[in-house]
Amino acid sequence: MLRRKIGNIYRLGVKELWSLWRDPVMMVLILVAFTLSVYSAASSMPETLNNAPIAIVDEDQSQLSQRIIAAFYPPGFILPAMIEQSQVDPGLDSGRYTFALIIPSGFQRDVLAGRRAQIQLNTDATRMFQAFTGSGYIQQIVMGEITEFVQRHRAVTVPAVDLALRARFNPALEKSWFGGLAQIINQIAMLSIILAGAALIREREHGTIEHLLVMPVTPGEIMLAKVWSMSLVVLAAAALSMNLVVRGLLGVPVAGSLWLFFSGAALVLFATTSLGIFMATLARNMPQFGMLVVLVLLPLQMLSGGSTPFESMPKLVQTFMQLAPTTHFVKLGGSILFRGAGFDVVWPQFLALAAIGTALFVFSLARFRRAIGRMA
Amino acid sequence: MAGRAGAAATGIVKVETGGVPVVRLRGVHLHYRKVEALAGIDLDIPAGCMVGLIGPDGVGKSSLLSLVAGARAVQAGRVEVLGADMSVRRQRDQVCPQIAYMPQGLGRNLYPTLSVEENLQFFARLFGHGAGERRRRIDELTQATGLHPFLRRPAAKLSGGMRQKLGLCCALIHDPDLLILDEPTTGVDPLARAQFWELIARIRAARTGMGVIVATAYMDEAQGFDWLVAMDRGRVLATGTPAAMLERTAAASLESAFIGLLPEDRKRGHVPVVIPPLTADGDDIAIEARDLTMRFGDFVAVDQVSFRIRRGEIFGFLGSNGCGKTTTMKMLTGLLPASDGRAWLFGHEVDPHDLRTRRRVGYMSQAFSLYGELSVRQNLVLHARLFHVPEHEIPERAQEMAARFGLESMMDELPASLPLGMRQRLSLAVAMVHKPELLILDEPTSGVDPVARDAFWRLLVELSRRDRVTIFISTHFMNEAERCDRMSMMHAGKVLDSDTPAGLVEKRGAKNLEEAFIGYLLEAGGGAPPAGSPPVAAETAPAPERTDAPPHANPRFSLQRLLSYSWREALELWRDPVRATLALGGSLILMIVMGFGIGTDVDDLRYAVLDLDQSSLSSNYQLEIAGSSYFTERPPIADYDDLDRRMRSGELAMALEIPPGFARDVARGTPVAIGAWFDGAMPMRAETVQGYLMGMHQHWLAGQAQRRYGVEPVASIAVENRFRYNPDVRSLPTMVPVVIPLLLLMLPAMLTALAVVREKEMGSITNLYVTPVTRSEFLLGKQLPYVGFAMLNFLLMVLMAVTLFGVPITGSFFALAIAALLFCVIATGMGLLASAITRSQIAAMFFAMVGTMIPASQYGGMIDPVSSLQGSGRIFGEIYPASHMFTISRGVFNKALGFADLSASFWPLLVAAPVLVGAAIALLRKQEG
Repeated sequence: MLRRKIGNIYRLGVKELWSLWRDPVMMVLILVAFTLSVYSAASSMPETLNNAPIAIVDEDQSQLSQRIIAAFYPPGFILPAMIEQSQVDPGLDSGRYTFALIIPSGFQRDVLAGRRAQIQLNTDATRMFQAFTGSGYIQQIVMGEITEFVQRHRAVTVPAVDLALRARFNPALEKSWFGGLAQIINQIAMLSIILAGAALIREREHGTIEHLLVMPVTPGEIMLAKVWSMSLVVLAAAALSMNLVVRGLLGVPVAGSLWLFFSGAALVLFATTSLGIFMATLARNMPQFGMLVVLVLLPLQMLSGGSTPFESMPKLVQTFMQLAPTTHFVKLGGSILFRGAGFDVVWPQFLALAAIGTALFVFSLARFRRAIGRMA
Repeated sequence: MAGRAGAAATGIVKVETGGVPVVRLRGVHLHYRKVEALAGIDLDIPAGCMVGLIGPDGVGKSSLLSLVAGARAVQAGRVEVLGADMSVRRQRDQVCPQIAYMPQGLGRNLYPTLSVEENLQFFARLFGHGAGERRRRIDELTQATGLHPFLRRPAAKLSGGMRQKLGLCCALIHDPDLLILDEPTTGVDPLARAQFWELIARIRAARTGMGVIVATAYMDEAQGFDWLVAMDRGRVLATGTPAAMLERTAAASLESAFIGLLPEDRKRGHVPVVIPPLTADGDDIAIEARDLTMRFGDFVAVDQVSFRIRRGEIFGFLGSNGCGKTTTMKMLTGLLPASDGRAWLFGHEVDPHDLRTRRRVGYMSQAFSLYGELSVRQNLVLHARLFHVPEHEIPERAQEMAARFGLESMMDELPASLPLGMRQRLSLAVAMVHKPELLILDEPTSGVDPVARDAFWRLLVELSRRDRVTIFISTHFMNEAERCDRMSMMHAGKVLDSDTPAGLVEKRGAKNLEEAFIGYLLEAGGGAPPAGSPPVAAETAPAPERTDAPPHANPRFSLQRLLSYSWREALELWRDPVRATLALGGSLILMIVMGFGIGTDVDDLRYAVLDLDQSSLSSNYQLEIAGSSYFTERPPIADYDDLDRRMRSGELAMALEIPPGFARDVARGTPVAIGAWFDGAMPMRAETVQGYLMGMHQHWLAGQAQRRYGVEPVASIAVENRFRYNPDVRSLPTMVPVVIPLLLLMLPAMLTALAVVREKEMGSITNLYVTPVTRSEFLLGKQLPYVGFAMLNFLLMVLMAVTLFGVPITGSFFALAIAALLFCVIATGMGLLASAITRSQIAAMFFAMVGTMIPASQYGGMIDPVSSLQGSGRIFGEIYPASHMFTISRGVFNKALGFADLSASFWPLLVAAPVLVGAAIALLRKQEG
């Protein structure tokens, strides 16, 4: 009986693979998702502080102000635009500049005389990312230039304590590293949901589900067949993409074991394909399924920590997102691929994924069993 | 019956083969990719008479009719209709209001969610009738067709016959000179069919001169037409009056005449079906049903159906589409649990979980439902395996089935490339692959040509008589029902009677089975006899408006047509609450998710210190960090191994290392460095950490300098950082203004994309092809309700931003609203563009998603400003409308700006809107093919 079951699951799965193979649209989608879109998304991310648009109002026109101006150059900043005071507000308003630095007249004189002197930095804080990092940089650069300038004219008065900042696991903070990983994770989630769901809806639309149901196969077998076959496809595509695109083209070094990473991916796929099937039982047709995909996929992508730091989300969201497989996957992926973590470190994520996957599968199967009567 | 109706028609119009033909075809070819649908047609169709196109499915009848109707573009040859060359656009536009076209499929060009009245109103508006005129025409037509009492009923809830009548009304609403009907009666019960032809005859009597061209698969129906065109494989076999055709082939019926007309190689091996008498044991029952009932809600699909089928018997179910045949069969297979009543297969009660009984049954569903992506062999083998045919027998079994059903030569082909008749045989082979004792066949021969149908029946007879397989078959063909050993007539979920076909005819005292069936239908209250229908109104009022100046001059652009599409689209959206709520509710959910979810602030970063100095100064340094809300301190680090392990596990986002002799070096003024290790795996977070650390370090240094030297050294020189627009540097106020345009782009684009492609999939796009509506009217008309819908969405989101998120609008709301309106036009325009170039809903959706979500979130300046992007991404970001909308939205929400300040961002939107919509209009086709 068990052998028969496994045989059915295997054969139905092979059938799914054939169906997919002869569906050019889906094949192109898989290909594009794992090559072009991974590559372009990862490589077009600007590195750290990149070309931050800055403008400077130089009312001092002194040696010191020239020094400060000369300290801003690409790739960190664009070459500063020299503007008038009156242009500061419109420039910031229209978003042309993120930063506007105003050096008041008599600044060098005041500095040398040891009088209080102030440079004003205007930061467009609606651009959170640049605003935050960039303003820190700018302050440091300006202060550095001033200190150096002053040192030539006066005795040192600041403690010579330096802060040696070193980023581990990605020393140059190259965004393409994390970008590549985040993209692969996103594509895995997207494709597995779409492929599994579409496979079911296609059967329903072509009337073949009816056919299966009059045969001696059970809904559980039908579902498992879809789960394993679609997971296999996505896993294979992801593995290729990881090796060829991420490691090859983008040149991202991988610190940990890829086997471990893809074992985790397999668990994620178990969960997401089940989710895809569940959604397909809810939707009455492809368009509704498409809408559902958007509604589910977007939060999965945005809130799982793959696009913004997980820690910075509200506690409620963090708690809720513990239920999402992608959250654990992002964490697991980061640990293994960048920090070279082993199973001893990432086992909690594996456990969580197994639990989520099982729960989703059982839930979907129950729903599938109930819905299947209405599908035929 | 149909013969009777046709005879009436012949009585009115004499065939004038000598007159000017209404349709003239010369050397017409048509290809669908590699498939040749029409292979050189030369044909003159006489005017003013009832012309029948006969031949089975797939011989090119529909292609020919769509060319004549102007729905499909002429590829090669010359098509002249009412004197106009259909390949010349101006001539086609001029003549198309005189043609009415009813495409194949029950009411395919109708809108199922719209009521009868709304459908008619829509078509009438497309032809430019005023309100009073519309009312008059609709009342006239519906009274004539008997639809008047059902004006408020949605088209989807009409029976097949009624839907055909509605289709006819829609076609006749503009007084056409040529009526083209593509298989108008397929699948409709014989009574409704008879009524339909009666109606056509009466309309023609009233509107003499109107030509009618009908394609039909029912040969018996064509018997009464004035003039016939027999078609096969894209060619014309013969033309002439029915009588002439019968004479030519010396055949008794048109069906056998048609077979006689076929070229030799097609009818080779065709022998009439002979059915040997059944020698069945009366007590050996294969299927028994007792009071089977199926209810869907309050609709009773199958009402207390009972029958018994003996082993080895061929038992037929005869009835129209939707009478409950399929539902009954599904209950027997266990696909649908019966609401009431019981059924037994081989003495076992039907149980959906009984896998063993399933192995004794073969089922062939109505539509072709094998895997189109698997080859013939793969289909056979897969089914054999799933039915657990022993593995070693499978190749042999597949071969045996192929030989028996004549599939050997095409084992490695895909079913899609096979002719329909072959596919039916494949379906039967698949249903038979496990050698079941019972076959349940749901309309297995619909759409198959007569030769293939007879071949199929010979197989059935062989299975029944030789292998003693019980066959339960449903059909809507009379001559097939006649071949069954016994049969049931079904109507509206009820079995009218069961007996041998001859027995039924005898019981009703009818001439043939069709008449007997009509007799039963009338008895069951299926409708009044055709003769009793009220006269067509047009008869009494002989269409005066036709003699007037053309009632519908065809302006190049008509606001009425545009608005009629808007009105219809809005109605459909209103009637499909699932789509609307998904889009509206979805956007609000997503806004909550993204607004709260995407923060860039980094809080509660876990860090620990490796203090190798253990001095008061080092503690002092640590205090600086410990006091910050950004960081959460973890137990101190013991050594470098500990540091490494804890960072690797992700426990620590940052580790500080204070070197030995730190306090001493500071006191001496020797340069010394504190090491800060932070996790760079996520660069964005790392950068923020870096920023925090640098700030704190500077602050500590300044404090130290002040304490140590009592002066404010260089620290008296300060960079005063003013965080503008968002002084607290919180991410919510900056994200909400971005999320609104993002959602405003994505969801309307997707909804609109579906709107057009849905019509392509459902078939109602034909109305664009054959009515005077132009592409711009069609697209703009459809766009309008979605723009309105998107604006509603916008207002809801703004409301939510202000109330729930507490993000106030500081600038000009008016400017924001105008920008949003423009942006909605752009978003829906993108949807239209996606739909213009795709054919399936899923592709349209995918296009819309790829075209909106990815560029907007990656190049639109959502996170990194456009001015920081490089290369092609930069250029793309500069022209992509979403980036300008982000600027406007941020300007109004965060920066207190108005129109004047943001004018630079309005221009790109003003340009993009017409460009996108224009491109969609240019790319949409006004004809198929």
